[in-house]
Amino acid sequence: MKPAPFTYSRPADWPAAVALLGGGARPMAGGQSIGPMLNLRMAQPEGVIDLRHLPDARGVTVSGGRCRIAAGTTHAAIEDGAVPGRLGAILAGVARRIAYRPVRNRGTVGGSLAHADPAADWVAVLPAFPGDAVAVGPAGERRIPLASFVTGLLSSALRPDELLRAIELPVLPEGTRWGHWKFCRKPGEFSKATACVLAVPGEAPRAVLAALDEPPMLIPDATALIAAPEEEASRIVAALPGLDPWRAALARTALRRAVRMAGEDA
Amino acid sequence: MTRLPIHLTVNGEAAEVLAEPRTHLADLLRGELLLTGTHLGCEHGVCGACTVELDDAPARSCITHAGACDGARIRTIEGFAGDAVMEALRGAFTAEHALQCGYCTPGMLITARDIVLRLPDADEVRVREELSGNLCRCTGYRGIVRAVLRVLEARRALKG
Repeated sequence: MKPAPFTYSRPADWPAAVALLGGGARPMAGGQSIGPMLNLRMAQPEGVIDLRHLPDARGVTVSGGRCRIAAGTTHAAIEDGAVPGRLGAILAGVARRIAYRPVRNRGTVGGSLAHADPAADWVAVLPAFPGDAVAVGPAGERRIPLASFVTGLLSSALRPDELLRAIELPVLPEGTRWGHWKFCRKPGEFSKATACVLAVPGEAPRAVLAALDEPPMLIPDATALIAAPEEEASRIVAALPGLDPWRAALARTALRRAVRMAGEDA
Repeated sequence: MTRLPIHLTVNGEAAEVLAEPRTHLADLLRGELLLTGTHLGCEHGVCGACTVELDDAPARSCITHAGACDGARIRTIEGFAGDAVMEALRGAFTAEHALQCGYCTPGMLITARDIVLRLPDADEVRVREELSGNLCRCTGYRGIVRAVLRVLEARRALKG
């Protein structure tokens, strides 16, 4: 339960951090995902690149209808209202149910997303928003749609020479409805099935089914799911290969409950 | 393996220790600074026994490693002398039988103090939710929940 030896570096700016990638070094933000993996020796990187002290590592800015959340913004900051408006209220509700407060004080939205554990909360929820992950590499920034960011178990669309810099989400109008359900036998543990529904007035409702050991599944137009949740949830889950019956039951129920909660969300 | 100088402020006093980057903060506190009030249970961030204040907020000291702590401000269970909320919690833990073996108690107290200060209106359901990251194998939690509620209620009564 002690990590294998690794070197530690604390780059002063983003180009320096990008330049340190490769050569067996792993980036670390709050360390709440990689920390346990280091202790369990599931991860044995040669080096750790600490991103916490980079300029603009954390913070939230809103301009032109987009909200940019720096990757190093902690779950606790989001829980405490760092993101304004209706979007902020939705994200605060998600953040509050991530692990435990001492973990949320250190863990970051970008670190969790880039770690790409399919059961992690931001991984499961962010594809519901028509937004982007902002990656930074040797050639500068590029945007990756959140719906295609996580590509598999602990793997993402980030290239080996890129870091996750920020998340950009659309500001949401009042009247946006949100439903979110995750199955945990104990508060704070990893989800066994998560579903969420985002209904922005005047737009097609979106839904995500996640935490099933696979990348999150976006349902880009959830109109049919909302109209007939019983039938549609069964149809959606039946199309997923290889789920144990109990897991399929949780997935169906999570979808139905997320739809119901979005309906009751005023 | 190379040991690096790590500069910390621990319980208000500056400290410099030599440590490998892989050493976690709890081992640093216990092994180098002999502050053995911080306990280690699971060593992967689940049980909460190692909870300390790191840069003024509760954090798991077992999954924060030495390099990342350079320049940090830390308060361990030994560092709360004269703190009114911690004093009230200690009294309430005694009155409500909120500990038996005491292994979880340092982390439990640091989490409890954060609940009292951050969520002054918390009810029993919220207290239980907030305590869910600290495991206790003796008490069944009833006494701990009552102790936290006792301090919350006393503070609410004071504010009237």
